[in-house]
Amino acid sequence: MSQIHVKTIINGDASEFLCAADETLLDVLRDRLDLTGSKEGCASGDCGACSVTMDGRLVCACLVLGAEADGTEITTIEGMATGENLHPLQQAFLDHAALQCGICTPGFLVAAKSLLERNPDPTEEETRYWLAGNLCRCTGYDKIVRAVLDAAKIMRETA
Amino acid sequence: MKARLHPNEGVIAMQFQSPLSVEDAVAFLADDQNARILSGGTDLLVRLRLGHIAPSKIVDIKKIEGMRSITREDGGFRIGAAVSGAEMNENHDLYLAWPGVVEAAGLIGSTQIQGRATIVGNLCNAGPAADSVPALVAASATARIAGPSGVRDVLVQDIPIAPGQTSLKIGELVTSIFLPAQPVNGSDAYLRFIPRTEMDIAVVGCGVSLKLDSAGTVVQARVALGAVAPTVLLVENAAEILIGTQLDDDALSALAEASSSVANPIDDKRGTIAFRKDVSGVLTCRAAKIAYSRAKGTVK
Repeated sequence: MSQIHVKTIINGDASEFLCAADETLLDVLRDRLDLTGSKEGCASGDCGACSVTMDGRLVCACLVLGAEADGTEITTIEGMATGENLHPLQQAFLDHAALQCGICTPGFLVAAKSLLERNPDPTEEETRYWLAGNLCRCTGYDKIVRAVLDAAKIMRETA
Repeated sequence: MKARLHPNEGVIAMQFQSPLSVEDAVAFLADDQNARILSGGTDLLVRLRLGHIAPSKIVDIKKIEGMRSITREDGGFRIGAAVSGAEMNENHDLYLAWPGVVEAAGLIGSTQIQGRATIVGNLCNAGPAADSVPALVAASATARIAGPSGVRDVLVQDIPIAPGQTSLKIGELVTSIFLPAQPVNGSDAYLRFIPRTEMDIAVVGCGVSLKLDSAGTVVQARVALGAVAPTVLLVENAAEILIGTQLDDDALSALAEASSSVANPIDDKRGTIAFRKDVSGVLTCRAAKIAYSRAKGTVK
């Protein structure tokens, strides 16, 4: 079966891979590039555990074909911390205990970062609507929302 | 890189093409009846994964010029087939002209889905509950179709012919949607009923587009309903009921009655026939009031 040669930039680094035509970007990230931070929850775009950004736009990697990534810039949860320094959102999730089993956490962090890039001072309602495509079966969402709002505050104060 | 056998390797040899021109896309589609168009992919990839479809070829249209742009044309807007809901919502001029259409597109799915899903995909999936379709029909939108025999423009309401079926012929694809110039004193609105506040499928959807004269009297009206019939419904007598009125109570109750009686819904767990018919009338009145106050806001 012919493989497709894809050139992309992932978390700032030029990256090339071969994939099958029907292989999703999520499968490529996890199985071919060993970037296993993005999780497969539903594989149908409902749960947001595979959230990544593609050319700055928040998407579900399970609903993108690997081949479509050609020429685009992808960021994943692996690109969030700077070396050993956690992103303020990651620190806030720890401080607020905004995770339990952790499967949804990478998707929430990527989605929340995308929110704060567009809106550094979101209301609770805006935060909840923005994150409506990220499902969590453990926390009941409240701690997640508080962590995001707190991280937003910290990021505004240190900006 | 790890050696890994893809689950389908050796079973099917699906091809991926990303043509740079409409002509090439048409050639791929005309050449192979089992080819599928990929734009936002939010429905296609789900169906692919579920095994509902097994296309021989995926034709990604996003690299074709114009597919990802919103451009002004004859006072209106041409929206490329690969423009996402998020991109529509970020276009301020488009929102000012057609807030109902933009809000309808914005209701579809989560932030992640909004980043990819398109109104052309919403239309061509031909789902009875497609949110953007009643708004487009109320707005008198047209779809530009390219195919082996050339290009034609078709009213949006003539695209869906049954659940999951469109009037597109083999080798054809919708390349853009055209929203006409919004007249002065004109505006639109779309409302849907869902049991939750987000992330759900319309039980009833209603798009209303109105044009007023300078005194605030309706001179043009189009009302369309979604999710209450196999395909989108145009409430034909809405114009007759509303024109010449200022949306007084008598006009609104006649409008509600007209919408309820034209609705021809199914009975299912999300709504009974009686409920959907009733909600059709209620939503139509509410959407008409929003469209009216928006249109009036532009009265100069």
